Amino acid sequence: MATNSMGNIQKIKKKLKVLIVDDDPLNLKIHEKIIKAIGGISQTARNGEEAVIIHRDGGSSFDLILMDKEMPERDGVSTTKKLREMKVKSMIVGVTSLADNEEERRAFMEAGLNHCLAKPLTKDKIIPLINQLMDA
Amino acid sequence: MDAHVAQLQMQYRNYILSLYQQGFLDDQFTELKSLQDDGSPDFVAEVLSLFFDDCVKLVGNMARALDQTGTVDFCQVGANVHQLKGSSSSVGAKRVKGLCINFKELCEAKNYEGCVRCLQQVDVEYKTLKAKLQDMFNLEKQIVQAGGIVPQVDIN
Repeated sequence: MATNSMGNIQKIKKKLKVLIVDDDPLNLKIHEKIIKAIGGISQTARNGEEAVIIHRDGGSSFDLILMDKEMPERDGVSTTKKLREMKVKSMIVGVTSLADNEEERRAFMEAGLNHCLAKPLTKDKIIPLINQLMDA
Repeated sequence: MDAHVAQLQMQYRNYILSLYQQGFLDDQFTELKSLQDDGSPDFVAEVLSLFFDDCVKLVGNMARALDQTGTVDFCQVGANVHQLKGSSSSVGAKRVKGLCINFKELCEAKNYEGCVRCLQQVDVEYKTLKAKLQDMFNLEKQIVQAGGIVPQVDIN
């Protein structure tokens, strides 16, 4: 657990608006809770196509997009490429399976990710990364 | 403090520790517990409910795929194993995850008998875990009904 010396859960440095893109209801529930626990607010999309539609409709901008790789309709690689073509400037962090090989991860990164994390996500993994990306 | 509550809390601590020591659960379950708060007191139960729904669905899919007369689609079986591995990893179901890792290898080797045996083990394992976690929730309920607080258990 990401705790400080007092044992309190660390939060991210500012309140982030996060889009969680994942077809698995279990992962969506856990990731939403993690984002809330670290001080962010979240919206969900059940696949890449929904994520694209959310951005196409305008009116929504996110500080961070958590992008699952394997999804129906439109997968994470295709979605990331599309969002970057649409000039979406949000931080996009890919969420991969440990089964993914180096080539698959590289292809995902090259689609336009800022970073990649392996499942399962935890507060310990995500807080330092978000703070680091925000400081960059 | 009421002696009965203290005894229940001790029983609960020992039970949780045994689940980790026997390899049923890993650190990811600890992460889930840490996410539960007063605003979402049933978070862990809700997540586990989704997980066990996944188990029923995916085990059913795998059983049907392996029950095909003629050629078994090992890719299809493997895809379901991959999903179950992901779900079990997300909730800290260590033994189920371990079985899925073996199962994936058996699918890749197109080992039919091995896959059938592994599927049976997965079926037993997730049901065993479900029963053990139900006992855990029952203990939590007993503690609360006795006027106590469910203790945080340090597994390290």
